[in-house]
Amino acid sequence: MSTLLALEGVDARYGPIQALHGVTLSVDEGEIVAVLGANGAGKTTTLRAVSGTVRRTGTVAFDGRPLRGGAAETARKGIAHVPEGRGTFAELTVWENLRLGAYTRRASSDDFARVQQYFPWLEGRRAQQAGTLSGGEQQMLALARAFMQRPRLLLLDEPSLGLAPLLVTEIFRIIRELNEHEGLTVLVVEQNAHIALQLAQHAFVLEVGRVALSGPSAELQQHESIRRSYLGY
Amino acid sequence: MTRGLATRLGAIAVVAGLVVLLGATMTDYHRGLGAHVAIYFIAILGLNILIGYTGQISIGHGAFMAIGGYTTALMSNYHHTNLIATLPLAAAISFVCGIAVGIPALRLSGVYLALATFALAVSVPQLPLKWSKWTGGSNGIRTHTTPTNTWIYTVSWICAGLAFVAAWLLLRGRAGRAFRSIRDSELAAASSGVSLPIYKTLAFGVSAAFAGVAGALFVLVTNGYAQPNEFGVTLSLEILIGAAVAGLGSLYGTIAGALFVGLVPQISTSVPLIGTGHGQDVVFGFIVILIMLALPNGVAGLLGRLDSRFKSAIKSHSAAS
Amino acid sequence: MVAIARKTKLSTGASLPVLLGIVAACIFLLVGSLSSTIFAQQTVAGLSQGAIFASLALALVLIYRATEVINFAQGELAMATTYIAYQLTLWGLGYWLAFFLTLVISFVIGLAVYGVLIRPVQHRSVIALVIITVGLFILIDGLVTWKWGADLKFMPAPFGNQVYHAGGVSFSRQDIGVLLVSILSVILLWILFQFTKLGLAMRAAALRPAAASLVGVRVDWMLAVGWGLAATLGAVAGLMTEPYVFLQPSMMQAVLLYAFAAAVLGGLESPAGSVIGGLAIGVFLNLIGQYVGFATSELRLPIAFAVLLVILLFKPTGLFGRRQVRRV
Repeated sequence: MSTLLALEGVDARYGPIQALHGVTLSVDEGEIVAVLGANGAGKTTTLRAVSGTVRRTGTVAFDGRPLRGGAAETARKGIAHVPEGRGTFAELTVWENLRLGAYTRRASSDDFARVQQYFPWLEGRRAQQAGTLSGGEQQMLALARAFMQRPRLLLLDEPSLGLAPLLVTEIFRIIRELNEHEGLTVLVVEQNAHIALQLAQHAFVLEVGRVALSGPSAELQQHESIRRSYLGY
Repeated sequence: MTRGLATRLGAIAVVAGLVVLLGATMTDYHRGLGAHVAIYFIAILGLNILIGYTGQISIGHGAFMAIGGYTTALMSNYHHTNLIATLPLAAAISFVCGIAVGIPALRLSGVYLALATFALAVSVPQLPLKWSKWTGGSNGIRTHTTPTNTWIYTVSWICAGLAFVAAWLLLRGRAGRAFRSIRDSELAAASSGVSLPIYKTLAFGVSAAFAGVAGALFVLVTNGYAQPNEFGVTLSLEILIGAAVAGLGSLYGTIAGALFVGLVPQISTSVPLIGTGHGQDVVFGFIVILIMLALPNGVAGLLGRLDSRFKSAIKSHSAAS
Repeated sequence: MVAIARKTKLSTGASLPVLLGIVAACIFLLVGSLSSTIFAQQTVAGLSQGAIFASLALALVLIYRATEVINFAQGELAMATTYIAYQLTLWGLGYWLAFFLTLVISFVIGLAVYGVLIRPVQHRSVIALVIITVGLFILIDGLVTWKWGADLKFMPAPFGNQVYHAGGVSFSRQDIGVLLVSILSVILLWILFQFTKLGLAMRAAALRPAAASLVGVRVDWMLAVGWGLAATLGAVAGLMTEPYVFLQPSMMQAVLLYAFAAAVLGGLESPAGSVIGGLAIGVFLNLIGQYVGFATSELRLPIAFAVLLVILLFKPTGLFGRRQVRRV
């Protein structure tokens, strides 16, 4: 099991405000890792630091090599980032969104068939404007779009946000399937620590821009004091 | 007397002194140039009041200059009116036209107002062509008497001085305060009881009046000819640039803008490679672009203040759809 | 019927009343053309003029959608590239070879303008951008006048001077040629945007630059290509205008105004709207010129101004406006 992603001493700032202080974490190939913490702890910023959408210092290594450049370069290296707000193009159709997902590759019909395997409801919806999809469908479209990139690493920012529990379960099931069947490594940011820990093997808890706690999910789930103070349940 | 006031009065005295001194010693040709600077000064002053103080973008002030210029030419040609007497008339008529434009302008903002005034700049010079029987068409119309360069230089600078004083008085009074509050936030101004329609339209009228006087003097300095192609789009653009370089919202920067627009094109005729003819436009455009690339907030750093109005005007129009 | 209307609204942003209005106008033009030869001639001539306005308007909209800049220098760029074509013919190239070579050259110029002038300032100041395009206007005007002079120049006629007769109506080959070329370029562009990967990436970059980056789209390059294509469209517009007004530095100033009016009719953001707007304005101006005695040719520009003003005052989002608040 090799390390696919490694952050070391990463600082990030938004103008004068420093959002991350020396964040160090790693994700092994084939793992699902969760980043947890309260609002404003820096979870989203951590993902942004990886995908190059925020100014950062420190080392971010992907597959042993330092990751540099902006979002477009990062995407071309095999990292798919589904941001908060999902990053779908509401004005374009479902089909166009998927095609955009495959932008960095030569998409074949096999690709689209694979996608429909995991998201069967897409069939027949190709011409629908993405903005008219329901919240849950948009989230799944975002996931499908990211999958079209055939990434090695998937960055997910709060996939459960604004979704009914049933849908959340469904989405997390799909994520697990993608991880197990396609070997997709996942770094997922979540506020819903409970369900995130059920999905992930490993978790990092952020507090005010620093890694306060980390460990296998089983461990974090066991400790009641940790659960109470850091995970909120 | 405060230190600031003393510096400013001193600066004015220096400028006034220079104007007189240069006027007395320059060659006749240069006096014509000097008059051009004064003319631009007046026009830019007017535009500055509109854009810099109430935040309404106009790329069409050449149209008001045309109106003022043709007023002088027509009055002098048909009624042999005294040239100096045509100036207040030009101002008055341009003022009315400015108000007329200002009223529909109330409903436009930012990019849309820029477009509408641009359209004004392009289409007004066409009107003399339509009624060419009275206006001499594309050949233009000439004033009855043609003044000397010395005369124009003197009159232009006196007008410039008067314009400056008038602007200063206007802006330090209640109108000025109202203008500034409108520029900074229309919403806040309106809720403090400032009547937006009145003051915004007033600003348009006043700035048009200034442009009208400038236009009248412009006709006089070009041998008394009022021709449509003199008042083309380029003129409006040049005044806009002068105002931007001046630092919108800065009364004292106006002289910098006027010098820039009035002299750079002329000076660049002596630039070796480009020299004659329209090389001046090349250098002028080039320098303007360089300035904007280097100082995107304008010389006085005030351009940035208007940015948010421009942007939010676009967004609010889109949102309203 | 409602389904068709809904589908059209999706792609062009036009609501049902607007669509009905357009259909009604088309019927009016058809009936008028069938009953009066002069009407037909003016309509065809108006359509070809309008097609030129449409292509320049499309260029404006392209740039506005991509970079939120109103390019006041679009007309002058078009004019300059037409002069370049002229120079190529002076050097011995045939008209159509010069035409296509000019298209390539203008594309490169558009890329350069974006990279050098727009990109550095794009995120810093909107007003500085306006001033820059204004400065570019003056610069180009000066450059062209300096290099070629302000006197009228003439290029070989691209379509010849034949006149066709059909059912008592005369159509000039030039009008038809101009119409076809302009419409063809618009259609080619449409195909690019709707059916190619590049076109999709450009649309994505214009709609949501941040999201586009995340899928690997190099947004800056897409915007540059947008400017390049706009410059190319402008070159087409300029080359199609030349047969009518011949070469002079001010040749595109009026067209620019008509193109602005067309773009605004389309709500500044709807390509289809600006094309239809351009055609409409072309036909409108010609018919008004023909049938309203007062409206002689000198008044075309003021009339266009009046149209622009009316649209801006009463429906600034144009006939086809539908854009929601743009998000990043």
